[in-house]
Amino acid sequence: MHDWPYETPAPLRTPSSDEPKRPRSSGLLRWLVACVALLVCSCSRQGILDPQGPIASAQLLLLLNSTAIMLVVVIPVILATLGFAWWYRSSNAQASRSADEGYEGRTEFVLWSIPTLIVILLGGVIWISSHQLDPRAPIPANVNPLRVEVVALDWKWLFIYPDQGIATVNQLVIPAATPVSFRLTSATVMNSFFVPQLGSQIYTMGGMTTHLNLLADAPGEYPGFSAMFSGDGFAEMRFIAKAVPAGDFDSWVGQVRGSGSGLDLPAYAELARPSIAVPPKTYRSVEPKLFDRIIEQTLSGPRGPTSAAWCPPAQQTGG
Amino acid sequence: MLGRLSWAAIPLDQPLPLYAMGVVGIVILIVLGIVTVKGWWPYLWREWITSVDHKRIGVMYVILGLVMLLRGYSDAIMMRSQQAIAIGDAQGYLPPDHYDQIFSAHGTIMIFFVAMPLVIGLMNFVVPLQLGVHDVAFPTLNSVSFWLTATGALLVNVSLVIGSFSRATWWGYPPLSELTFSPDEGVDYYLWPLQISGIGTLLTGVNFVTTILKLRAPGMIYFRMPVFCWTALAANMLIVAAFPVLTATFAMLLLDRYLGMHFFTNDAGGNQMMYANLFWAWGHPEVYILVLPAFGVFSEVAATFSGKGLFSYRSMVLATLGICILAFMVWLHHFFTMGAGADVNAVFGIMSSIIAVPTGAKIFNWLFTLFRGRIVFTTPILFLIGFMITFVLGGLTGVLLAVPPVDFVLHNSAFLVAHFHHVIIGGVVFGALAGINYWFPKAFGFTLDERWGKASFWCWLIGFYLAFMPLYVLGLMGMTRRMQHIPDPSWRPLLLVAELGAIVVFLGILCQIAQLYVSIRTREQRRDLTGDPWNGRTLEWSTSSPPPAYNFAVLPRVETIDAFWEVKRKGLTPVEEVYETIEMPRNSPIGFVIAFFATFTGFALIWHIWWIVILGLLAAAVTVLVFGWSENRQHEISANEMAQLERARLGLGRPA
Amino acid sequence: MTIAALDTVPTGVPTELARGRGGGGPASTRTVVAYGFWIFLLSDFILFAGLFAAHAVLSGNTAGGPTGAELFNLRNVFIETMCLLFSSYTCGLGALSAERRQPARFLIFAALTLVLGAAFLVIESTEFAGMVSKGAGPSRSAFLSAFFTLVGTHGVHVTGGLLWLVYMAAQVVAKGLRPQVLRRLLCWSLFWHALDIVWVGVFTLVYLMGAR
Repeated sequence: MHDWPYETPAPLRTPSSDEPKRPRSSGLLRWLVACVALLVCSCSRQGILDPQGPIASAQLLLLLNSTAIMLVVVIPVILATLGFAWWYRSSNAQASRSADEGYEGRTEFVLWSIPTLIVILLGGVIWISSHQLDPRAPIPANVNPLRVEVVALDWKWLFIYPDQGIATVNQLVIPAATPVSFRLTSATVMNSFFVPQLGSQIYTMGGMTTHLNLLADAPGEYPGFSAMFSGDGFAEMRFIAKAVPAGDFDSWVGQVRGSGSGLDLPAYAELARPSIAVPPKTYRSVEPKLFDRIIEQTLSGPRGPTSAAWCPPAQQTGG
Repeated sequence: MLGRLSWAAIPLDQPLPLYAMGVVGIVILIVLGIVTVKGWWPYLWREWITSVDHKRIGVMYVILGLVMLLRGYSDAIMMRSQQAIAIGDAQGYLPPDHYDQIFSAHGTIMIFFVAMPLVIGLMNFVVPLQLGVHDVAFPTLNSVSFWLTATGALLVNVSLVIGSFSRATWWGYPPLSELTFSPDEGVDYYLWPLQISGIGTLLTGVNFVTTILKLRAPGMIYFRMPVFCWTALAANMLIVAAFPVLTATFAMLLLDRYLGMHFFTNDAGGNQMMYANLFWAWGHPEVYILVLPAFGVFSEVAATFSGKGLFSYRSMVLATLGICILAFMVWLHHFFTMGAGADVNAVFGIMSSIIAVPTGAKIFNWLFTLFRGRIVFTTPILFLIGFMITFVLGGLTGVLLAVPPVDFVLHNSAFLVAHFHHVIIGGVVFGALAGINYWFPKAFGFTLDERWGKASFWCWLIGFYLAFMPLYVLGLMGMTRRMQHIPDPSWRPLLLVAELGAIVVFLGILCQIAQLYVSIRTREQRRDLTGDPWNGRTLEWSTSSPPPAYNFAVLPRVETIDAFWEVKRKGLTPVEEVYETIEMPRNSPIGFVIAFFATFTGFALIWHIWWIVILGLLAAAVTVLVFGWSENRQHEISANEMAQLERARLGLGRPA
Repeated sequence: MTIAALDTVPTGVPTELARGRGGGGPASTRTVVAYGFWIFLLSDFILFAGLFAAHAVLSGNTAGGPTGAELFNLRNVFIETMCLLFSSYTCGLGALSAERRQPARFLIFAALTLVLGAAFLVIESTEFAGMVSKGAGPSRSAFLSAFFTLVGTHGVHVTGGLLWLVYMAAQVVAKGLRPQVLRRLLCWSLFWHALDIVWVGVFTLVYLMGAR
């Protein structure tokens, strides 16, 4: 006898179980709701969920709106999947079956139209919001923007205030309700300057300048860090962005000018040496055009060692 | 004499990698010992190592992928544990330079040596069977591809014991990956194995595009090919178009590192942004290379276990090709925050959301395949349902990230990590596991144990959500990725839940191991005697389980989609065929030999042992030349022989 | 129905099976081999495309060092281009001879192709050596890295092609123009012509546009 199955299709011989889905699915549903509730409750208002500036607020709103738009399709699809899977299980005698799907032009048209319409809507949202929230776009306000120049080093942040002639490390003090216009670069590898509560991050790259505009609505301390892995000291590359009332800012600047050392070129060279978890520090003066000089320096030669095991390239090719 | 290799390269002062390799070494020795004692070497050499049979090669790819899953997953557990422990003042047990190697290795291994081999393995095994032909277009090249991939996997793992791996992340961006900032051998341990296995993958792409377009059973016009073959075609076209970009990019980084060039350096005019563009021009098509075959698996599974044909075949084909083309038009969404400006960002954001259209069409097609079907809850269909729910959620987060201003606050955060794991695990891993469960009986002649299969599914599903939903929340709360140390103690509960999830997934992996063990032990009870355990629709189910080496004695004549279902529907019975002489390729050691020399060459390149490099390249070249001269590469199966084989196999009574 | 061992289209396929829509069954070995090799060549074009892209991006990044206009000797470039173009012509004549089963004529054209190809390589290596000796080597600037890599990769392919040609000539001498050898020659000529196409790109984008 042969075992070649060229016969009219037999009932499915699969060794599976057709366990009824309903008890499982309702238990599952309750469990899922509990988990989601737990997740939602355990997230505290921090980071992006706690915007403290117009950029961050707009971005959170955009996030929530886009999620809602997508959920319009996603939730029905998930419910339909679970529903169809349960209702059309082979043990359900009540379900109507069809062997031949045929070609359903109208259904197909609808099925392609749904994602297309959502995407058209999203496309508009993307175009408009990308232009409104362009990091290079200055933030309209009644006061003049504060200029800050940011340099990513291994593994700390240098903030230069060119108009005030001071500098800080791992501490960004800005006046509240005042737009801050950043010019950013890196003296070493790619990093990303990010203060979540204030909004957008932007890459900092050696030999190049990127631009960012942020504003803190109210005084407060907002954690900032690098969002682009840059080596062994990356996890400690954190700083505090401290927004103070505008009057207090000027007195802070005065205070910085009155104490500590200056950031001249030798001091900068010392600062640029690799170090991890650097405590905040201020400099009473800054070498003029230090930011541009750092860019030139990066373009003209490799930076220093980044780990204790480093040795100059010449010593490596051997044997 | 030995380049920059010295005894100091062995991490005697680092217990973890040493213990790990000690354990692995002992396991390897035990396995080799058992094989030797039982005298299995001749069998292994003849039937597997030198095999050019696509079915054998496919199985070897899947085994490679599953073994490397264990390595990649142990990296994952170590990362999760470090992040669960090193919070606030605690420093954890992994200092930064170890943690950095671990996450770099985790990504590299999971993408290149787990996901790719699993997907390529399934395509290898299934595509020629579904096309109704004897083998792929270039069987010996297929073997070369596999062994070069294995070489890459081996070299990456050697970095555990000799030297250290890259600390420059899985995509190795400069200037961090340049010599100035990564002077040791780590980045070279990343670049050379990937270049070597990249050659293998590219050859697979060439092989399968040619097979699918030029080798199909008579009557199988394009629109009668199974959907899995369409997705395999799209994925392999992507391989052919994208992998050379990766080869060129890595070559440029290697030239910077080895010959002091300046493609991506900070100084002398190098451009680090160009690396990001070039890498992601490969990187985005890569994820579609991974997910399209998974979609194909789900199309097959949905149709088979609903007992009805796939809803709207031509929509599926159109969507597959649409995704294939769009895959090349979105790469900038991986670096919106590089500062390209609003116009450029918006265009790429819109292109990225457009991919949701064909993907959504596919989801709807699967949904309507289930509609009015007769669904049987086997392990593969559980994975399908789990995939449909998980992937749409993961796709939702992806579309969110495609909105540039939203990406500005979520880029490189834990939210991003959760998103890509969401779609890769929900899509690629679930698809691979579904495919393995679905085609296992075809490959080995017995089904896998259903209970352990379902247990592994639930563990993967629940574990995945436990592990990654907290990461979404953490990303929104401001946690960035690749952190060796967590500053904020309020993140601890969520990180602990994520750790729990990782443990649950690990239980799922253990369930898979148990499933294999139990299935092999009880295989006689689950023998597939008919070749068609699932009442399948496509041609692979018309062969025996496992199929003979030649797949089909006579190539089937195809007249419809779902050719085998059509045969069953019409109630056809097999008749004695008119057999003709066919030629099948002979086994060849060339794949293994080339990979052997490639391993030494790769190792020597990493450690700057130039004389071994030259010798290894020469040896590989000589091997190719010897092979290129050879004539006798095929063996005949005569018509009489075929008749005897088929009669024995089918139990047909009538004489030739 | 077989995967043909001979270079013929499989017979016995009913014509009502739409041949034009790909329903004719597996293609002949010659078709399969040439098609597969062509797909591989397309992937090689993409490799070059990556290098062309890098060159386009970095062409202005001379880091204060020499520019293309200062370095390129367009007369030599013209000569090597002519060598390569003529070698494609002799390659074609060789392919025709091979198809007509004329091994002696094939070997003559193969020798001519070899000489022209070697001339190309000699001119190119002289150019490179000259540039390096002037301090304009690939590590001088990003532009030069891109230049040397793009043009050098093409040169490496040409070298490989010539070695392959020698190897193929040896096969023709040893085995004659049997089907398997003819298939390999077909692949080789596709490769050689493809290199010519890439060179047209190099010549135009790198040298002509770079010398302005």
